[in-house]
Amino acid sequence: MEYSTLITLREGDICKVARIQAGTTATMRLYEMGFNTGARVQVLKNDRGPIIVGLGGHKVALGRGLAEKMLVARSK
Amino acid sequence: MSMTIALAGNPNSGKTTLFNALTGSNQHVGNWPGVTVERKEGQTRYGNQVYRVVDLPGTYSLGAFSEDEVVAREFIVSGNPDVVINVVDATNIERNLYLTTQLLEMGTKVVVALNMVDEAESREIHVDEKALAQRLGVPVIRTVASRRKGIDELMEAAIAVARVPLNGHVQLSYGESIDKRIEVLKGFLQGGDFRYPSSWLALKLLEGDSYAKKFVFENSNLRDLEEFSRFWDEVAVHEEEFQLEIVDSRYKFVGDITKDVVRRPGVAVETTTDKVDRVLTHKYWGMPIFAAIMFAIFQLTFAVGQDLLGEWMAVAIDYVGGALEGFLVGVNAPAWLIDFIGNGMVAGVGAVVEFVPLIVILYLLMGLLEDSGYMARAAYVMDNTMRAVGLQGKTFISMIVGFGCNVPGVMATRTLENKKDRMIAILINPFMSCGAKIPIYLVFIAAFFPSYGGLVLFSVYALGVAVAFLMGKIFSKTLFKGETSHFIMELPPYRKPTLSNVVRNMWDNVSGFLARAGTIILAVVSLLWVLAVLPLGVEPYGSASILGRIGQFIAPIFEPAGFGTWQAAVGLFSGIAAKEAVVATLGMVYAGVEAGTELVAAIREVFTPLTAVSFMVMTLLYTPCAATLGTIKKETGSAKWTLFSAFYSFGIAWVLSVLVFQVGRVLGFS
Ligand SMILES: Nc1nc2c(ncn2[C@@H]2O[C@H](COP(=O)(O)OP(=O)(O)O)[C@@H](O)[C@H]2O)c(=O)[nH]1
Repeated sequence: MEYSTLITLREGDICKVARIQAGTTATMRLYEMGFNTGARVQVLKNDRGPIIVGLGGHKVALGRGLAEKMLVARSK
Repeated sequence: MSMTIALAGNPNSGKTTLFNALTGSNQHVGNWPGVTVERKEGQTRYGNQVYRVVDLPGTYSLGAFSEDEVVAREFIVSGNPDVVINVVDATNIERNLYLTTQLLEMGTKVVVALNMVDEAESREIHVDEKALAQRLGVPVIRTVASRRKGIDELMEAAIAVARVPLNGHVQLSYGESIDKRIEVLKGFLQGGDFRYPSSWLALKLLEGDSYAKKFVFENSNLRDLEEFSRFWDEVAVHEEEFQLEIVDSRYKFVGDITKDVVRRPGVAVETTTDKVDRVLTHKYWGMPIFAAIMFAIFQLTFAVGQDLLGEWMAVAIDYVGGALEGFLVGVNAPAWLIDFIGNGMVAGVGAVVEFVPLIVILYLLMGLLEDSGYMARAAYVMDNTMRAVGLQGKTFISMIVGFGCNVPGVMATRTLENKKDRMIAILINPFMSCGAKIPIYLVFIAAFFPSYGGLVLFSVYALGVAVAFLMGKIFSKTLFKGETSHFIMELPPYRKPTLSNVVRNMWDNVSGFLARAGTIILAVVSLLWVLAVLPLGVEPYGSASILGRIGQFIAPIFEPAGFGTWQAAVGLFSGIAAKEAVVATLGMVYAGVEAGTELVAAIREVFTPLTAVSFMVMTLLYTPCAATLGTIKKETGSAKWTLFSAFYSFGIAWVLSVLVFQVGRVLGFS
């Protein structure tokens, strides 16, 4: 399994959340919104501004700074 | 005592819609017990009983990360609702049930309203609510709040649950190491005088909940207990690990529960939302589209509000004023009373009421924006820009809300998790031009720029935003340094706005506007009228009256900005009570005019296009109204920052309006 940060993924990529290191508050918030370990995330948009991902059929926008701190495992 | 039903749920789950469906027009805003934070409350009738319904803030969790969450859970544990209706979005059930698990942890009686089942169905998401109810141990009722479906069944279930004692509560397991420590902690907490259940408090302590920690340590002497200290130090080492483990356990619980209960299509179909988003959140188009939408809103407000409706309102007010005066003359009322009613009250209050149609349109359009789901996109497209000035996209939502009224605008900052972001957002919110200021601009627009109404209005708003950005930047570099918090924002699916939501939202604002016209504005106008005709013998509304003298005393401050007249000074001063009072006062002091057109004519005589602009800049930016200052005091809990807000905005307004006037003059404008 190869790990990378969420920000490096491209539109359409699907990945699983491995670890988030964004400080307690943001990490907890993400966890609580469903970005907990193993959650399946699809990148819907990653160009300028916050990155948009799909999670459980819903869309969430994440700041780019945050996406740099989210370690994910890319699945094919 | 009637029963209390609380509504809890995630943002965008349809909670407000359900609240409106339950309470209809029977709702009002009150304060939370203990804290001076506002909340919505209403009444609903079912059978022949009346029930109290309390709308809790929409949150993803019941932690202590934002003010909203603390407010919500505080009500659940100490407000003693008889039952909590948990609104769950059927299209996003896992995440929504996360909150449900926290409600269960609190030992609350819960009924789940499985909402948006219509949307779930159309996306081929099927939920077996019977199985879900069985596994959760609480009733689950399917609802479509926007079409009032399932409301009766929901009420029936809620009342049934509220009547019987809680039994057979689902118990979550958080893994051995945490469960064990919860037991130990419960032992320590036993016998303490806490108003929270000890198992919940124990869990919160392990979760590193700052609020719970503070509460326990302030209300007990556990800290001094050596045994406890040893235990606590060991917990502290694992704090972060425990936090995440607890969240994971909740999701695992949810996962187990929803297994084979929820069926989804294997491949996600591209929804309309995806298609629309491709345009509205486009990397280059997103921003211009947003600007165009805002521009269209102002243009429409102006076009429809002014041309179609403004005129007959003026005629109607004229008519009422005339009729009143005729009546008073008929009954031989004293001359002073006729003057007070005709020139003080009708002119002053009428000058404000005249703008109601316009404000109705503005709030309807803003409501559509909010209810459709676009607001989150606005925050998204603005995040980059906001970041450049040391703020974040979410702050922008509180700013847009401020366009309606700064009071809810300041309150909307509660969703910001970081203290620094929140303070800045509060301090810059009053630069967002609220609905009550519109009458001021319109009078000046009608006097000098009648063919560019929408454009001038839009420019005024844009200037407000620009100043807010500039101040945001300055604050984040000086008074409130530190990291800007991360942007995390759900982009809810676009939904057809529910008409009743939009109308309700509009009415809340407009009725506030009308209520102010009948109370504060009336009081201010009455007071000013007295000051304007005293001392006896002077020319009423003249410079020799008390009012005139007060105005003359203040006026020199505004000399450099080009409008150093006593009338303008008095108008601005009374605007601190409520912004509508500016127009009301101008309406009265400029020869006791009877309706808008005469005020406009009077303004045309004493102002010039240039001083009109500098006056508009002043009213846009200067000291917030009393209600907003009161809210700032409540939300910051600091008199110092409230005073700061009052004075720094005045300073900025003064500097900018002087700049406009002086530079304009040099450039040859007049
Ligand atoms: N299709 C559908 N839309 C709904 C339902 N309930 C609410 N809505 C819409 O969903 C959006 C969000 O609802 P709102 O009550 O503002 O959500 P809140 O953030 O939880 O208060 C609005 O556009 C509502 O009109 C429902 O049961 N079905």
